[in-house]
Amino acid sequence: MGKEKIIHIENLNKSFNGTSVIRDLSMSLYAGENLVILGKSGSGKSVIVKCIVKLMEADSGKISVFGTEVTACSSNELSDVRSKVGYLFQEGALYDSMSVRENLLFPALRNYKTRKLGMPQLDELVRQNLDSVGLLEAIDKMPSELSGGMKKRAGLARTLMLSPDLIIYDEPTTGLDPYTSESIIHLILKVQSEYNTTSIIITHDIKCAELTGDRICVLHDGNFIAEGVFDTVKKKDDPEVRLFFK
Amino acid sequence: MNSRSPMVYKTQQFLLDIAGITSFVGLFFRNLFTRRFEGREFLNQCFRTGYQSLLLIGVTAIILGLVLTIQTRPILADLGAVSWLPNMVFVSVVTEMGPVIFALLFAGKVGSGIGAELSSMRVTDQIDAMEVSDTYPFNYLVVTRVLATTIMLPLLVFYGDALAFLGSFIGLNAYSDISFQLFYSRAFEDFFFRDIFPATIKTIFFGYFIGIISSYMGYYSDKGTEGVGRSANSAVVASSLVVFVLDLIAVQITDLLLF
Repeated sequence: MGKEKIIHIENLNKSFNGTSVIRDLSMSLYAGENLVILGKSGSGKSVIVKCIVKLMEADSGKISVFGTEVTACSSNELSDVRSKVGYLFQEGALYDSMSVRENLLFPALRNYKTRKLGMPQLDELVRQNLDSVGLLEAIDKMPSELSGGMKKRAGLARTLMLSPDLIIYDEPTTGLDPYTSESIIHLILKVQSEYNTTSIIITHDIKCAELTGDRICVLHDGNFIAEGVFDTVKKKDDPEVRLFFK
Repeated sequence: MNSRSPMVYKTQQFLLDIAGITSFVGLFFRNLFTRRFEGREFLNQCFRTGYQSLLLIGVTAIILGLVLTIQTRPILADLGAVSWLPNMVFVSVVTEMGPVIFALLFAGKVGSGIGAELSSMRVTDQIDAMEVSDTYPFNYLVVTRVLATTIMLPLLVFYGDALAFLGSFIGLNAYSDISFQLFYSRAFEDFFFRDIFPATIKTIFFGYFIGIISSYMGYYSDKGTEGVGRSANSAVVASSLVVFVLDLIAVQITDLLLF
């Protein structure tokens, strides 16, 4: 592929209390691509993305994000990388002591990319991002007043505040009813086309993988056992892969 | 198989916590002087830790003054030394009982709150979300809380001392016709700056360590919802223990310096 490599991972290893979760894993992500990491619960999908943004330290291996080696970079370099990455957590991870508006303003007021903007401009940005996820009417609500799907949409609007080049979606449809899941899937596709982002989508929802993924990687026993476009992976004979498509 | 005995495991955990808290203290000072100061959140925390503790400290202080006076009065009356009562009660509250009792109450109310709040933020990925958006959660969550507890506890102790003084006056006034002016002048008869200075210094340390320990227990909690309860509990237990240890050290230092 001639496209720019956004992420390159080489021989990543991570274990917890002596149990190896990720074993010699290597992968690349290219600009504009939607990569889906498919795997059972507890297979280590979130561990990979947490190592990418250094929320977890890798035991060994190299992780390069936007050309910066995150396993051995300075805090300034890490700040720079994190400013380009948006992370949508499983439950949205909204700050529950703040309203939706304050949640969106929180990173914008502190990040070097947006903190120099005036309050009217930031407020306009908040409205614009909430509108693009269809949540403008909830601007003054508290997180406790929102449903699971609304929390995820508000979380996505918050990640959009810093105009990230890469968005990581951690289980975006888990715990949602089929209708809300579908609306989140469409939102992911809309965000990618409108904001021109690259995405990593962590999921065990096969429908989400099919609709959002340009490329699917199936994780099992700490490494990828299948990789390719959805239809290619679907035809694999590996019993662990077949389990997802039953 | 894990061959370590529970005793060895607990000792290791204790030593790891000591090391963790030490590095947490270092992190606090590094962030305090090098990162953006979160003024608004600091004021919010001062309100939550200080203003919202006024009722608890106030009621306890009045009862403390009343009880001390009512219980001590008959003994002093037998010795013909009731006139010493205001000074005796006031000095004992200001130098020792007030700082320790109010600090323990503060650890119970504020320390458990900080431990539970931060650990629930950790469990629900809110701290990770702050970190990944490059907004330095340590400054926003920890530095503001620790500064607030450090400043608010000494002020609450002054307030508690004043109300204990009032409680003592009410207690004595119930048995005799002593006027407030006389009570006041007797209370301050043998009261010097050297009595209040070490007490104030130690409450600053009490407040600081209650903030640091509670924040540490919450910030590094990682065991699901069970961890939230455990963090709140550990914050209170460890903070209370540290209050007594610091008090012991303070008494020794005060003795050495002949205060």
